[in-house]
Amino acid sequence: MPANPQISALRAQIARIESGGKRARGVLPFGIDAVDAKVPGGGLALGALHEVAGGANGAVHGAAAALFAAGIAARTSGQVLWCVTRRDLFAPSLAQAGLHPDRVIYAEVGDEKAVLACMEEGLRHGGLSAVVGELARLPMVASRRLQLCAEESGTIALAIRRWRRMTEAADFGQPTASVTRWRVTALPSEPLPVPGIGRARWLVELIRARAGDCADFELEACDDAGRLGLPARLADRSAPAQPRRIGAAA
Amino acid sequence: MAVAKAQALLAGLDVRDADPAGDDAALERLAVWALRRYSPIVAADPPDGLRLDMTGAAHLLGGEDAFIADLARRLADSGIMASIAVAATYGAAHGLARFGPSASTIVHDHDLEARLAPLPIMALRLDIGTIDGLHRLGVVTIGDLADMPRAPLTLRFGPDVGRRLDQAYGRAAEPCDLVEAPELVRVRRAFAEPIAAPETLARYTGKLAVQLCEALETKGLGARRLDLLFTRVDNRIEAIRAGTARPLRDARRMTRLLCDRIETVAPGFGIELMTLTASVAEPLDYRSTVSSLIEPAAPDLSELVDTLANRMAHGRLYRCAPTQSEVPERSVREIAPLARPAGAAWPADWPRPARLLDPPAPVEAMALLPDHPPASFTWGGVRRRVKRADGPERIFGEWWVRDGELSAVRDYFQVEDDAGERFWLFRRGDGEDPNTGDHRWYLHGIFA
Repeated sequence: MPANPQISALRAQIARIESGGKRARGVLPFGIDAVDAKVPGGGLALGALHEVAGGANGAVHGAAAALFAAGIAARTSGQVLWCVTRRDLFAPSLAQAGLHPDRVIYAEVGDEKAVLACMEEGLRHGGLSAVVGELARLPMVASRRLQLCAEESGTIALAIRRWRRMTEAADFGQPTASVTRWRVTALPSEPLPVPGIGRARWLVELIRARAGDCADFELEACDDAGRLGLPARLADRSAPAQPRRIGAAA
Repeated sequence: MAVAKAQALLAGLDVRDADPAGDDAALERLAVWALRRYSPIVAADPPDGLRLDMTGAAHLLGGEDAFIADLARRLADSGIMASIAVAATYGAAHGLARFGPSASTIVHDHDLEARLAPLPIMALRLDIGTIDGLHRLGVVTIGDLADMPRAPLTLRFGPDVGRRLDQAYGRAAEPCDLVEAPELVRVRRAFAEPIAAPETLARYTGKLAVQLCEALETKGLGARRLDLLFTRVDNRIEAIRAGTARPLRDARRMTRLLCDRIETVAPGFGIELMTLTASVAEPLDYRSTVSSLIEPAAPDLSELVDTLANRMAHGRLYRCAPTQSEVPERSVREIAPLARPAGAAWPADWPRPARLLDPPAPVEAMALLPDHPPASFTWGGVRRRVKRADGPERIFGEWWVRDGELSAVRDYFQVEDDAGERFWLFRRGDGEDPNTGDHRWYLHGIFA
């Protein structure tokens, strides 16, 4: 779509009004053109709240969502605060997604209210590069507070939505103040010519993006530097003339 | 008993002269130790007791149970056999510690009367003449005494009996003489008119913090633990205690840590004296920061860690570090959030799941022995067909840690089901030798 200069000027004006005079914080690109083109601004906005949930059974265990968030946190530079209520996160897997154990401070607290308070405190401090929290409920007011704290300090806030039961996952439809909302579902891994499991693949859905469209991508899971990858058959395909096929390939 | 008689009863008895002054001095030293370690409000209770106010201090050690367990262990380590009681009033705790049924007792408010009633009247801190007189009347326990009409008792024994009863049941206040530790850095501020509004308290907290920082600076110290005491007009003392991860001499941060919990202070009819003490202080020198043209300086996280640690009542703050162990659940060790970077990570050659189930969930699996991955498994009532699998990764028991693991073996498989979900299963045993395990299957983790 050719950019209309009038519309881009309007967008810039709206962005200025929305940020309340604060300067824009820039973005953290995924490094994959197909994804970055769909996310407003060309990447995850820094100084903003982003939500990640798992699809299917992942809504309960949230394994893929946690690694997706770990990959994002790994691509920032600096310390990360990770707030949890349940202690089933396995630190070696975060290290394999590029998040070195020296960079993560875990806050294990009793309830979700405390998770929100810890996230807020971490965002307000400004010295962290990312703050991650595992939450089942994220009411509008709480998400608004997190978003404001993140805007102020420029720290990226990631809420991993994770529920006790599959039925509660309908909560993901409720409106929140987050800038983007992602759902990550595990897909069968890359086929290998020999018995074994190849690199994991995810269906990454951008369910909601402020000032942007929804999209879904089939991607390879985080490598040891936290980068996602485009599956080889999409990246090296012979017919580059049909960009809309990326979404349909899932 | 005469010394000669005691020596006749027990051979090799070590006899020393009584040294009340030395005992008191030792008790005072013990009280100062308790002040630094346990609670901002500590008083020596001669000849043989310590009085600690646990309110607002127990959470730093993980609750009341952990508090008294820690206290008993440390006292036992230094050769003091102590019995400890926790109760709502000092009178009750005093009696229960000395005459209670067990060496460590926690009494909750609602059963205070029931627990006090069977104690002997000796537990009430009455003088020996009064106790004799009460025994002659047939009064043996506190329950008996509490049931008697108060007026004749006061006529006969004076006001002490009623006062001690009221103190034990919490009907009368009981001020205490705080332990004096002149070596601690302490600033105080008395008010001609009592103050009570939280904003006023916060403002004066800020002023005291500035004073304390000046006092600390002259000694070259930084505070590791701060105690803010509020003395009320009715002589009760309220306290706030805050700890820091690194020596601190920054009035703004001190004020923030203390004011975070100022709502826990009940000012009553007003506060006439505020005291701010650095109960634990460590040397702190100025450091010159190295300015680097290439990369920005690492941000200081100690403020965040302090704020979070002081606020979390039931939480923990830690970082993970690798340990030398192949067993997954033992491969992670927790270290302090501001510990020196460990540098090392776990070996990256074997994939590890994002979620680790603790304990591993038993599953029903169908597999060819000895070293094939399962063809299918059932977890939580759902049967999953295994499409692809990787493994086994064999992990041997750590016989140098536990004898029982001498021949134990776990075979780990990474499996993927039809839907693309990836799991980490293990079989106890190597599939051939029953000594290595019972060949049952477990789900240990979930991959992303």
